[in-house]
Amino acid sequence: MRSPLIPEMATQEVQLNETLAHLKTESETLKTKLEEERAKLHDVELHQVAEKVEGLGQFVMKTRRTLKGHGNKVLCMDWCKDKRRIVSSSQDGKVIVWDAFTTNKEHAVTMPCTWVMACAYAPSGCAVACGGLDNKCSVYPLSLDKNENLAAKKKSVAMHTNYLSACSFTNSDMQILTSSGDGTCALWDVESGQLLQSFHGHAADVLCLDLAPSETGNTFVSGGCDKKANVWDMRSGQCIQSFETHESDINSVRYYPSGDAFASGSDDATCRLYDLRADREVAIYSKESIIFGVSSVDFSLSGRLLFGGYNDYTINVWDVLKGTRVSILFGHENRVSTLRVSPDGTAFCTGSWDHTLRIWA
Amino acid sequence: MVVEMQDPKSGVRGSEQKLNVTSIPHVITGHDVIAWISTKMKTTTEEAQAFGTMLVAYGYIYPLLNHKKLVMCNDTSLYRFQTPYFWPTHQWVAEDSDYAIYLAKKNIRKKGVLEPFEQAHYNHLHDWLNHKWDFVVMQATEQHKAGKERKKPDRVVFDCQERAYWVVNRPSRHTHSAMDCGPDRLIDPDAQNLSFDHYRRLNMFYQQAIMRSKVKSSVSLGALVKYVTTYKNHDPFLAPCLPSNPWQTDNDTYWTLNMRRVDVPTKMRVERWSFSLFELLTDLRGRDDFKVFLKKEFSGENLAFWEAAEELKWGTASSMLTKAETIFKTFLAPGAPRWINIDGRTMGLTVKGLEHPHRYVLEAAQTHVFLLMKKDTFFRYLKSPVYKDMQKKALSPEAHSFSPAQLEQNAQRRNPGIHPIILWQQEEAEKAKAAAASAPVDVKAVMSKIDRKK
Repeated sequence: MRSPLIPEMATQEVQLNETLAHLKTESETLKTKLEEERAKLHDVELHQVAEKVEGLGQFVMKTRRTLKGHGNKVLCMDWCKDKRRIVSSSQDGKVIVWDAFTTNKEHAVTMPCTWVMACAYAPSGCAVACGGLDNKCSVYPLSLDKNENLAAKKKSVAMHTNYLSACSFTNSDMQILTSSGDGTCALWDVESGQLLQSFHGHAADVLCLDLAPSETGNTFVSGGCDKKANVWDMRSGQCIQSFETHESDINSVRYYPSGDAFASGSDDATCRLYDLRADREVAIYSKESIIFGVSSVDFSLSGRLLFGGYNDYTINVWDVLKGTRVSILFGHENRVSTLRVSPDGTAFCTGSWDHTLRIWA
Repeated sequence: MVVEMQDPKSGVRGSEQKLNVTSIPHVITGHDVIAWISTKMKTTTEEAQAFGTMLVAYGYIYPLLNHKKLVMCNDTSLYRFQTPYFWPTHQWVAEDSDYAIYLAKKNIRKKGVLEPFEQAHYNHLHDWLNHKWDFVVMQATEQHKAGKERKKPDRVVFDCQERAYWVVNRPSRHTHSAMDCGPDRLIDPDAQNLSFDHYRRLNMFYQQAIMRSKVKSSVSLGALVKYVTTYKNHDPFLAPCLPSNPWQTDNDTYWTLNMRRVDVPTKMRVERWSFSLFELLTDLRGRDDFKVFLKKEFSGENLAFWEAAEELKWGTASSMLTKAETIFKTFLAPGAPRWINIDGRTMGLTVKGLEHPHRYVLEAAQTHVFLLMKKDTFFRYLKSPVYKDMQKKALSPEAHSFSPAQLEQNAQRRNPGIHPIILWQQEEAEKAKAAAASAPVDVKAVMSKIDRKK
């Protein structure tokens, strides 16, 4: 025989549900109010301000180097501060350090996992970090001795509860910032592997992050499968700004060179520009003929050009100020998975699922 | 979009095509498809071709002759629209058992002659699906019989469609497939049963966001435009870099001229230092020049403090305590050898914080010092003889103009440059020397040394 339902518990549960519903409506109201506040200060559009800026001429960008050597999809790459070396990682677990200028492979490491989705070059040029389905971020010190086995000196730094989607060193070799499929980002001390700060707030996998190029260097932005781009304070772990205008997963975020804005690329086939001081989205870069998602974005040195790598194997170059597409580049035979401009802006590198990397200038 | 293309009136012009003995209806040429896409979406031919290739790669359109190469060619190659039944938008997974049935059927029809990769798949599936194999063979035979009962043109068409479907979903090795995908996302954001706590936090965040001061769009967008204008000539994609872009000419003079420790920097580099204190300090060569100026003014302690604070912030967790102590003794303690002049309140807060140091303990003091330098010292530097001298001395390299033969030579003899590890070791050595040279002089030690010599 069923036991009778205890009356107090029933009312408690009803109360809880009412409060939850109440919170939800409050949430919606606050969200609308925030949009209203943002709109109040919106007195001009970006392309209007950009009217007096002179238009761009024709661009001749070609593939200057093709780096072949990965046996599987290239997933990520990063530049060294020396402006010519790069590190790249692929689906089969291989991480390769190249001198892209001479196209020589200088180091190669085989990770104990597949899908190495994140890799980064240390600011000193003396180490690289990488990770993926092993849920960890490991740091490998590089060596001048070609015969040295780099895996021997490997250091396990970050530990997440799911796949590592992105990693980046801060201003020194001693700290790494990571983002993961477990929905969090974290800051780690490399020497000890200690967790310094964790960042909670995304409601789904976090796919990308970028550190702010500012004087204080205390903030970073992350993008996730919850369609949100969040700006975080590294000191407190708090989310200080949030933008939710994309219609699908955000695959890539990158700061504008001045640090006052950032761009994002998403599966909804658009790139968007967000102004941090005005606290709103200020431009959408899209075209009816572009229906494939953007996998990665980066700015040219002055911030005038935005390069986007797309899943339809192409690269689109946008005029950031006027909002128009300046150029479309072909060459890869499968989707472009990663794109970064070199530290001195002389070229940009793309990695693709067609197993190659290309340098364009 | 694909549906639009097939509209008999406004869609791509179709026609009948004779192939072997039977004729296949509704055939289109690559050229026509590309022209139609180009007009409809107002794009260039190149882009339309790329889009067309996507349509073929995903299996919405299939080529008739070279059925294994999934690209759209801008010529008279023939294509057909795939029947909606086989469209990937349905998102049903191309099951192995279906593939097995297809291969078995093909085996029957072609009496045991399959493509090598198909044969390999067939063998593998035969092992793996062994328990179901009778079912597979039965289905294959049934379909083969049903096929025979159809009219020949219909059967040929269906065979083509089916074959095209499997070329897309089971490509041969070494071909790049558009159907490839990455690991699935872990957390489904829509399936979240968001909690009480989550909404509480979200509402707090919204309230703070509403209260936060924002800047007018005209002001912040104006700043973005200003940044672009300032850096326009320094962007290698917008203005030529002198003497030449190493990636374009295979000559790395541009990099050697801009190395960390050149005696004479280039004019562009010196100009960039004037854009902001942040630029000046980020370029270590610029920071060196700034230090020369500060030494002349006997006000080097601000920058030294700022550098030490940076070391603390970005250093290892274990070095924190010792660094904090050294900084206190050198810059903040009463009577310290390099005492920095900051306001009483900040000094008080910082000293108190140093009792339990953490990596952001010097944040307030560091910001104060940075602002001081930014608003005062930086501008005096730009007007100083130190900077003006540097501007005069700075190099303005001539643009390279290589002949094709020279470019060829350059490509053969690319300079390997210096490895970053070696540069790093050199840098560390230089830093150690500089630290030793500028260490506060221990007067007592010097005195006693002199005494002992007498």
